[in-house]
Amino acid sequence: MGTTYQVDKSIDARGQMCPMPVLALAKAFRELASGQIAVISATDPGSKADIPAWAEKTGNTLLEMSEENGVFTYYLKKA
Amino acid sequence: MVLDTTGGVAPAITPETEELLRSRIDALAIERLDQIVAERVAAAMKKDPAKNKVAIIASKGTLDMAYPPLILASAAAAMGEEVEIFFTFYGLEMVKKGGIEHLKVAPVANPAMPVPIPNIIGMLPGMTPMATWMMKSQFFAKHNVVPLDQLLQECIDLGVKLTACQMSMDVMGIKREDLIDEVEIGGAATMLTFANEAHVTLFI
Repeated sequence: MGTTYQVDKSIDARGQMCPMPVLALAKAFRELASGQIAVISATDPGSKADIPAWAEKTGNTLLEMSEENGVFTYYLKKA
Repeated sequence: MVLDTTGGVAPAITPETEELLRSRIDALAIERLDQIVAERVAAAMKKDPAKNKVAIIASKGTLDMAYPPLILASAAAAMGEEVEIFFTFYGLEMVKKGGIEHLKVAPVANPAMPVPIPNIIGMLPGMTPMATWMMKSQFFAKHNVVPLDQLLQECIDLGVKLTACQMSMDVMGIKREDLIDEVEIGGAATMLTFANEAHVTLFI
Protein backbone atom coordinates (compact mmCIF):
# COMPACT_ATOMS: atom_id res chain seq x y z
CA MET A 1 0.00 0.00 0.00
CA GLY A 2 1.04 3.59 0.24
CA THR A 3 0.19 4.49 -3.33
CA THR A 4 -2.91 6.56 -3.80
CA TYR A 5 -4.87 6.34 -6.98
CA GLN A 6 -7.44 8.61 -8.53
CA VAL A 7 -10.33 6.15 -8.25
CA ASP A 8 -13.19 6.56 -10.72
CA LYS A 9 -15.33 3.66 -9.50
CA SER A 10 -15.57 1.75 -6.23
CA ILE A 11 -17.08 -1.71 -6.05
CA ASP A 12 -17.99 -3.45 -2.83
CA ALA A 13 -18.13 -7.21 -3.43
CA ARG A 14 -17.55 -8.16 0.19
CA GLY A 15 -19.56 -11.22 1.22
CA GLN A 16 -20.07 -12.29 -2.39
CA MET A 17 -18.90 -15.67 -3.62
CA CYS A 18 -17.49 -16.78 -6.95
CA PRO A 19 -18.24 -15.70 -9.63
CA MET A 20 -19.99 -12.55 -8.38
CA PRO A 21 -16.91 -10.33 -7.69
CA VAL A 22 -15.67 -10.88 -11.24
CA LEU A 23 -19.13 -10.20 -12.68
CA ALA A 24 -19.39 -6.98 -10.66
CA LEU A 25 -15.97 -5.95 -11.90
CA ALA A 26 -16.81 -6.67 -15.54
CA LYS A 27 -20.04 -4.70 -15.30
CA ALA A 28 -18.30 -1.73 -13.67
CA PHE A 29 -15.57 -1.73 -16.32
CA ARG A 30 -18.17 -1.39 -19.05
CA GLU A 31 -18.92 2.10 -17.79
CA LEU A 32 -15.29 3.18 -17.44
CA ALA A 33 -13.25 4.96 -20.09
CA SER A 34 -9.75 3.92 -21.07
CA GLY A 35 -7.23 4.85 -18.37
CA GLN A 36 -9.81 5.13 -15.60
CA ILE A 37 -9.30 3.26 -12.37
CA ALA A 38 -11.63 1.09 -10.31
CA VAL A 39 -11.17 -0.34 -6.85
CA ILE A 40 -12.91 -3.51 -5.73
CA SER A 41 -13.02 -5.03 -2.28
CA ALA A 42 -13.90 -8.69 -1.83
CA THR A 43 -13.84 -11.34 0.87
CA ASP A 44 -13.96 -14.35 -1.46
CA PRO A 45 -10.46 -15.90 -1.18
CA GLY A 46 -10.89 -17.20 -4.74
CA SER A 47 -10.73 -13.61 -5.94
CA LYS A 48 -6.96 -13.69 -5.31
CA ALA A 49 -6.62 -15.92 -8.35
CA ASP A 50 -9.72 -14.86 -10.27
CA ILE A 51 -9.22 -11.11 -10.43
CA PRO A 52 -5.63 -11.28 -11.74
CA ALA A 53 -6.83 -13.90 -14.27
CA TRP A 54 -9.70 -11.64 -15.33
CA ALA A 55 -7.32 -8.71 -15.75
CA GLU A 56 -4.92 -10.78 -17.84
CA LYS A 57 -7.65 -12.15 -20.09
CA THR A 58 -9.37 -8.81 -20.64
CA GLY A 59 -6.11 -6.89 -21.09
CA ASN A 60 -6.79 -4.53 -18.20
CA THR A 61 -4.08 -3.75 -15.67
CA LEU A 62 -4.06 -4.90 -12.09
CA LEU A 63 -2.22 -2.03 -10.42
CA GLU A 64 -2.17 -3.31 -6.89
CA MET A 65 -3.66 -5.94 -4.62
CA SER A 66 -3.60 -6.06 -0.86
CA GLU A 67 -5.19 -7.92 2.02
CA GLU A 68 -6.29 -6.62 5.36
CA ASN A 69 -8.36 -8.51 7.94
CA GLY A 70 -9.66 -10.94 5.33
CA VAL A 71 -10.67 -8.20 2.91
CA PHE A 72 -8.89 -8.18 -0.42
CA THR A 73 -8.54 -4.86 -2.24
CA TYR A 74 -7.67 -4.60 -5.92
CA TYR A 75 -6.91 -1.50 -7.96
CA LEU A 76 -7.42 -1.96 -11.69
CA LYS A 77 -6.93 0.31 -14.67
CA LYS A 78 -8.97 0.03 -17.83
CA ALA A 79 -6.93 -0.59 -20.96
CA MET B 1 39.08 -20.42 -64.51
CA VAL B 2 40.56 -21.86 -61.39
CA LEU B 3 40.61 -19.75 -58.32
CA ASP B 4 43.66 -19.94 -56.22
CA THR B 5 42.42 -20.13 -52.64
CA THR B 6 45.78 -20.77 -51.17
CA GLY B 7 47.29 -17.48 -52.27
CA GLY B 8 47.66 -14.68 -49.81
CA VAL B 9 45.11 -12.41 -51.54
CA ALA B 10 42.18 -12.93 -49.15
CA PRO B 11 42.34 -10.72 -46.05
CA ALA B 12 43.01 -12.65 -42.85
CA ILE B 13 39.91 -13.01 -40.62
CA THR B 14 40.69 -11.70 -37.21
CA PRO B 15 38.75 -13.06 -34.18
CA GLU B 16 37.01 -9.66 -33.95
CA THR B 17 35.81 -9.85 -37.55
CA GLU B 18 34.62 -13.41 -37.05
CA GLU B 19 32.69 -12.43 -33.93
CA LEU B 20 31.10 -9.54 -35.83
CA LEU B 21 30.17 -11.82 -38.74
CA ARG B 22 28.62 -14.40 -36.42
CA SER B 23 26.50 -11.86 -34.54
CA ARG B 24 25.34 -10.32 -37.84
CA ILE B 25 24.39 -13.74 -39.23
CA ASP B 26 22.54 -14.58 -35.99
CA ALA B 27 20.62 -11.31 -36.17
CA LEU B 28 19.65 -11.94 -39.80
CA ALA B 29 18.61 -15.53 -39.01
CA ILE B 30 16.41 -14.42 -36.11
CA GLU B 31 14.83 -11.71 -38.24
CA ARG B 32 14.03 -14.23 -40.97
CA LEU B 33 12.73 -16.75 -38.44
CA ASP B 34 10.41 -14.15 -36.97
CA GLN B 35 9.08 -13.48 -40.47
CA ILE B 36 8.48 -17.19 -41.11
CA VAL B 37 6.75 -17.68 -37.76
CA ALA B 38 4.52 -14.64 -38.34
CA GLU B 39 3.54 -15.96 -41.77
CA ARG B 40 2.77 -19.42 -40.39
CA VAL B 41 0.69 -17.97 -37.53
CA ALA B 42 -1.25 -15.76 -39.95
CA ALA B 43 -1.98 -18.79 -42.14
CA ALA B 44 -3.07 -20.87 -39.11
CA MET B 45 -5.32 -18.06 -37.88
CA LYS B 46 -7.15 -18.16 -41.21
CA LYS B 47 -7.92 -21.83 -40.69
CA ASP B 48 -8.79 -21.36 -37.01
CA PRO B 49 -9.83 -17.79 -36.18
CA ALA B 50 -9.07 -18.43 -32.47
CA LYS B 51 -12.28 -16.78 -31.50
CA ASN B 52 -13.03 -16.16 -27.87
CA LYS B 53 -15.94 -18.52 -27.72
CA VAL B 54 -17.13 -20.85 -24.99
CA ALA B 55 -19.69 -23.54 -25.79
CA ILE B 56 -21.38 -25.30 -22.90
CA ILE B 57 -23.92 -28.12 -22.93
CA ALA B 58 -26.12 -28.19 -19.82
CA SER B 59 -27.73 -31.61 -19.56
CA LYS B 60 -28.65 -31.96 -15.89
CA GLY B 61 -31.73 -30.79 -14.04
CA THR B 62 -30.56 -30.82 -10.44
CA LEU B 63 -29.69 -28.01 -8.05
CA ASP B 64 -26.03 -29.00 -7.79
CA MET B 65 -25.47 -29.53 -11.50
CA ALA B 66 -27.13 -26.29 -12.58
CA TYR B 67 -24.39 -24.24 -10.93
CA PRO B 68 -21.31 -25.21 -12.99
CA PRO B 69 -22.67 -24.20 -16.43
CA LEU B 70 -24.05 -20.91 -15.13
CA ILE B 71 -20.98 -19.99 -13.07
CA LEU B 72 -18.63 -20.74 -15.96
CA ALA B 73 -20.85 -19.06 -18.54
CA SER B 74 -21.21 -15.84 -16.55
CA ALA B 75 -17.51 -15.74 -15.66
CA ALA B 76 -16.52 -16.34 -19.30
CA ALA B 77 -18.89 -13.59 -20.47
CA ALA B 78 -17.37 -11.28 -17.84
CA MET B 79 -13.96 -12.07 -19.33
CA GLY B 80 -15.14 -10.89 -22.72
CA GLU B 81 -15.88 -14.27 -24.26
CA GLU B 82 -18.81 -15.03 -26.48
CA VAL B 83 -20.76 -17.73 -24.66
CA GLU B 84 -23.53 -20.10 -25.60
CA ILE B 85 -25.25 -22.62 -23.35
CA PHE B 86 -27.12 -25.40 -25.08
CA PHE B 87 -29.81 -26.83 -22.80
CA THR B 88 -30.62 -30.45 -23.50
CA PHE B 89 -32.80 -33.05 -21.78
CA TYR B 90 -33.02 -32.42 -18.03
CA GLY B 91 -31.00 -29.26 -18.53
CA LEU B 92 -34.16 -27.71 -20.01
CA GLU B 93 -35.49 -27.46 -16.44
CA MET B 94 -33.04 -24.59 -15.98
CA VAL B 95 -34.74 -22.45 -18.60
CA LYS B 96 -38.36 -23.31 -17.87
CA LYS B 97 -40.37 -20.33 -16.66
CA GLY B 98 -39.92 -20.29 -12.89
CA GLY B 99 -38.17 -23.65 -13.14
CA ILE B 100 -34.69 -22.88 -11.97
CA GLU B 101 -35.76 -21.92 -8.46
CA HIS B 102 -37.34 -25.33 -8.00
CA LEU B 103 -34.39 -27.54 -8.89
CA LYS B 104 -33.60 -30.13 -6.24
CA VAL B 105 -30.72 -32.26 -5.09
CA ALA B 106 -31.44 -35.95 -4.46
CA PRO B 107 -29.88 -37.72 -1.48
CA VAL B 108 -30.29 -41.19 -3.06
CA ALA B 109 -27.15 -42.57 -4.69
CA ASN B 110 -25.35 -39.40 -3.70
CA PRO B 111 -22.58 -40.36 -1.27
CA ALA B 112 -21.00 -36.91 -1.54
CA MET B 113 -23.78 -35.01 0.27
CA PRO B 114 -22.19 -32.75 2.93
CA VAL B 115 -24.21 -34.69 5.50
CA PRO B 116 -24.30 -38.27 4.16
CA ILE B 117 -27.79 -39.78 4.08
CA PRO B 118 -28.06 -43.58 3.79
CA ASN B 119 -29.87 -44.61 0.59
CA ILE B 120 -32.57 -46.46 2.49
CA ILE B 121 -33.49 -43.26 4.33
CA GLY B 122 -33.01 -41.09 1.25
CA MET B 123 -35.68 -43.16 -0.49
CA LEU B 124 -38.40 -42.09 1.96
CA PRO B 125 -40.98 -39.57 0.72
CA GLY B 126 -39.95 -36.00 1.47
CA MET B 127 -36.25 -36.71 1.68
CA THR B 128 -35.38 -34.98 -1.61
CA PRO B 129 -37.09 -31.69 -0.61
CA MET B 130 -35.44 -32.00 2.79
CA ALA B 131 -31.97 -32.53 1.33
CA THR B 132 -32.60 -29.58 -1.01
CA TRP B 133 -33.70 -27.36 1.85
CA MET B 134 -30.64 -28.41 3.84
CA MET B 135 -28.32 -27.68 0.93
CA LYS B 136 -29.84 -24.26 0.31
CA SER B 137 -30.24 -23.06 3.89
CA GLN B 138 -27.33 -24.74 5.64
CA PHE B 139 -24.66 -24.56 2.98
CA PHE B 140 -25.45 -22.16 0.14
CA ALA B 141 -27.07 -19.40 2.21
CA LYS B 142 -24.41 -19.54 4.90
CA HIS B 143 -21.68 -19.10 2.31
CA ASN B 144 -23.54 -16.45 0.32
CA VAL B 145 -23.76 -18.60 -2.79
CA VAL B 146 -25.82 -16.66 -5.29
CA PRO B 147 -29.28 -18.20 -5.98
CA LEU B 148 -29.67 -19.89 -9.38
CA ASP B 149 -32.33 -17.49 -10.70
CA GLN B 150 -30.02 -14.55 -10.01
CA LEU B 151 -27.09 -16.33 -11.65
CA LEU B 152 -29.18 -17.08 -14.74
CA GLN B 153 -30.18 -13.41 -14.89
CA GLU B 154 -26.49 -12.43 -14.66
CA CYS B 155 -25.80 -14.68 -17.66
CA ILE B 156 -28.60 -12.99 -19.61
CA ASP B 157 -27.40 -9.51 -18.64
CA LEU B 158 -23.85 -10.35 -19.74
CA GLY B 159 -25.10 -11.51 -23.13
CA VAL B 160 -24.79 -15.28 -22.77
CA LYS B 161 -26.77 -16.91 -25.57
CA LEU B 162 -29.20 -19.52 -24.33
CA THR B 163 -30.33 -22.23 -26.73
CA ALA B 164 -32.88 -24.93 -25.98
CA CYS B 165 -32.62 -28.27 -27.73
CA GLN B 166 -35.64 -28.70 -30.00
CA MET B 167 -35.49 -32.49 -29.96
CA SER B 168 -35.42 -32.67 -26.15
CA MET B 169 -38.38 -30.28 -26.01
CA ASP B 170 -40.37 -32.54 -28.34
CA VAL B 171 -39.46 -35.70 -26.43
CA MET B 172 -40.29 -34.18 -23.05
CA GLY B 173 -43.42 -32.37 -24.20
CA ILE B 174 -42.03 -28.91 -23.47
CA LYS B 175 -43.48 -26.06 -25.54
CA ARG B 176 -41.83 -22.78 -26.50
CA GLU B 177 -44.13 -20.88 -24.15
CA ASP B 178 -43.01 -23.06 -21.24
CA LEU B 179 -39.51 -21.61 -21.56
CA ILE B 180 -38.23 -18.16 -20.61
CA ASP B 181 -38.33 -15.56 -23.39
CA GLU B 182 -34.53 -15.16 -23.62
CA VAL B 183 -34.10 -18.72 -24.90
CA GLU B 184 -33.70 -19.49 -28.57
CA ILE B 185 -34.49 -22.86 -30.07
CA GLY B 186 -31.94 -24.88 -31.96
CA GLY B 187 -30.62 -28.32 -32.75
CA ALA B 188 -27.38 -30.25 -32.85
CA ALA B 189 -26.16 -28.40 -35.92
CA THR B 190 -26.72 -25.03 -34.20
CA MET B 191 -24.68 -26.12 -31.22
CA LEU B 192 -21.90 -27.67 -33.29
CA THR B 193 -21.58 -24.67 -35.60
CA PHE B 194 -20.91 -22.49 -32.60
CA ALA B 195 -18.72 -25.07 -30.84
CA ASN B 196 -16.63 -25.49 -33.98
CA GLU B 197 -15.08 -22.10 -33.37
CA ALA B 198 -15.00 -22.32 -29.58
CA HIS B 199 -11.76 -22.99 -27.79
CA VAL B 200 -13.61 -24.11 -24.68
CA THR B 201 -16.34 -26.72 -25.01
CA LEU B 202 -17.87 -28.30 -21.95
CA PHE B 203 -20.44 -31.00 -21.43
CA ILE B 204 -22.02 -30.71 -18.01
